[in-house]
Amino acid sequence: MIRALIIASGLCLLVLPLMGIKSAAIVFISILAVITLLSFIRRHRHIFRIGIKVPAIYKRTAVLVTVMAVLLLPVYGDNYLIDVSSLSGIYIILAMGLNVVVGFAGLLNLGFAAFYAIGAYSTAILTTRLDMPFWLSMPMSVTMASFLGILLAIPALRLRGDYLAIVTLGFGEIIRIVLNNWDSLTNGPNGILNIPSPSIGGFKINRLSHYYYMVLLFVFLCIFVVRRVHNSRVGRAWLAIREDETAAEAMGIDTVRYKLLAFSFGAFWAGLAGALFAGKMHFVSPESFTFMESVLILCMVIIGGLGSIPGVILGAVILIILPEVLREFQTYRMLALGSGLVLMMIFRPQGLLGGRGGAIRG
Amino acid sequence: MFFQQIVNGLTLGGVYALIALGYTMVYGILELINFAHGEIYMLGAYLGIIFLGFFTAIGLTHSNIILALALTFVLSVIFCSAYGFTVEKIAYRPLRNAPRLSPLISAIGVSIFLQNYVMLAQGTTDKVFPHIFGSSGFGLMNARITYIQVFIVATSFVLMIALHLFVVKTKMGKAMRAVAQDKTMASLVGINIDRIISMTFVIGSGLAAIAGLMVAMYYGLVNYFIGYVAGIKAFTAAVLGGIGSIPGAMLGGIVLGLVESFGASYISSEYKDAYAFALLIIILLIKPTGLLGTRSIEK
Repeated sequence: MIRALIIASGLCLLVLPLMGIKSAAIVFISILAVITLLSFIRRHRHIFRIGIKVPAIYKRTAVLVTVMAVLLLPVYGDNYLIDVSSLSGIYIILAMGLNVVVGFAGLLNLGFAAFYAIGAYSTAILTTRLDMPFWLSMPMSVTMASFLGILLAIPALRLRGDYLAIVTLGFGEIIRIVLNNWDSLTNGPNGILNIPSPSIGGFKINRLSHYYYMVLLFVFLCIFVVRRVHNSRVGRAWLAIREDETAAEAMGIDTVRYKLLAFSFGAFWAGLAGALFAGKMHFVSPESFTFMESVLILCMVIIGGLGSIPGVILGAVILIILPEVLREFQTYRMLALGSGLVLMMIFRPQGLLGGRGGAIRG
Repeated sequence: MFFQQIVNGLTLGGVYALIALGYTMVYGILELINFAHGEIYMLGAYLGIIFLGFFTAIGLTHSNIILALALTFVLSVIFCSAYGFTVEKIAYRPLRNAPRLSPLISAIGVSIFLQNYVMLAQGTTDKVFPHIFGSSGFGLMNARITYIQVFIVATSFVLMIALHLFVVKTKMGKAMRAVAQDKTMASLVGINIDRIISMTFVIGSGLAAIAGLMVAMYYGLVNYFIGYVAGIKAFTAAVLGGIGSIPGAMLGGIVLGLVESFGASYISSEYKDAYAFALLIIILLIKPTGLLGTRSIEK
């Protein structure tokens, strides 16, 4: 109890000059409450240890219900819900892409938004400047992003762990600064406006529900392909590299090739998500691709569960939908995200749905 | 023009070097890129403005400005050190034996947290640092040198020399070097590792606080996001000099300051922030050990 008082008053003093007396008092009381609660839980741990075994039939029903709910969403949802759901679809694709790099291959990438930006900007420039149709510019944007992934990976792969993370971060920032300053091509900080809607034949995709199904199609494609790759020879090679690079190399895995592949495969999905984003928003600007965006995608992967595909989907949905639902708490979103990352690393490094061996290694 | 850029570069470089010291000391001991270090620097600037505002309100600044400034510095350093100490205790210590990327992600979390905490507590608008030194200065060889620039360069050099002496001459410094070399061995000869690590964070955060305060005085404006860019640049400086090496961080900071100020005036100022990143990538690819670093063996 005395220890709790010391900790609480210490932290209270720490926040006093920045927050004023009233807020500091609130901090003091809430920290005391949290510490008391924690010690109570620790003392009566057996109450909270409940093992639940879910029969397989319930699991299958749950999956079925979720799929139905997702498919029929435009029928019962209003425009706002459809819009937010399309956005979370785009983020699912992004998080799946980053999961390949960080979760499967174990390479921390802090500049993932750069590939997203390349995809979005390529689509924007090709459709507005060259009047190219969306469906032609999309594969070109995706190729561009994957190519850039390889270009970054070639030099970066000589580095390990945290150094690699910093180089990718620097790369992401450079891309953003270039987009911000190359006025003749990217229109600088004002961004590119009036990106046309995609159309199939004569059918223009411009209603929210149409977008929703288009994004959903790509989400299913992404989940299907990533799952297949994960269970293939390539996926196993990635896992081997993640677990122990030296051992993997000794077993005859061409580590450089597989790491290159991981980087460009991840960038591929980011490029796709970027193209979808540009087609949905009709507008791109450098502000959408900051370091915080990279961190947000990373948070989705980590909170959901590194290396776990359902986990990543859950992470993306949580981080997009939750702040929308809890509108009043929007200002605290990043605060919660930051502390969430720390708590996650300390108490559950494998994420919400991560299984055994899902934790990251350096 | 040329000499002016040298003066500007040295001023910036002194600040970068002070922040870089915190990165390099922590990396030397924990092999952790302390992402939150830039935010501590930002906190230093904010706390400086708050304390100075408080002293102005009680009338101390009018009667004795030197005392008010000195107290502001001392209080900011104490508070920032406490922040550094707390961050280490809460976010890094439980992860001491975790896989190497876990503390890095935790550090990113702390950085986001601190940034938003300051934003929520102090608002999004720029904070103004009161003009104390003004823009008075003197001319030398076609360049204009303000007193605040002299103050920044002098303070950073004195602090760097003091830190160097501390690490080389004192018993605590010796213990620090021992922990950096081999934690297990150091604990076997009776060094309290936890205390040394806390001490490292306290010293590094104190230096960052001084850097933040001086930058607030120099530019006159402070915002809650200054920590991120400054942190990355200081990290670049640390890597440039050879991460883990204390003289390296000093050299790296000054080189980076000069590169930035010359690049901004002779190439393009729009890409000012990109120089640091480009430099960082180039060093990591060509000479990851930096200018003064020693080769470490990958385990």
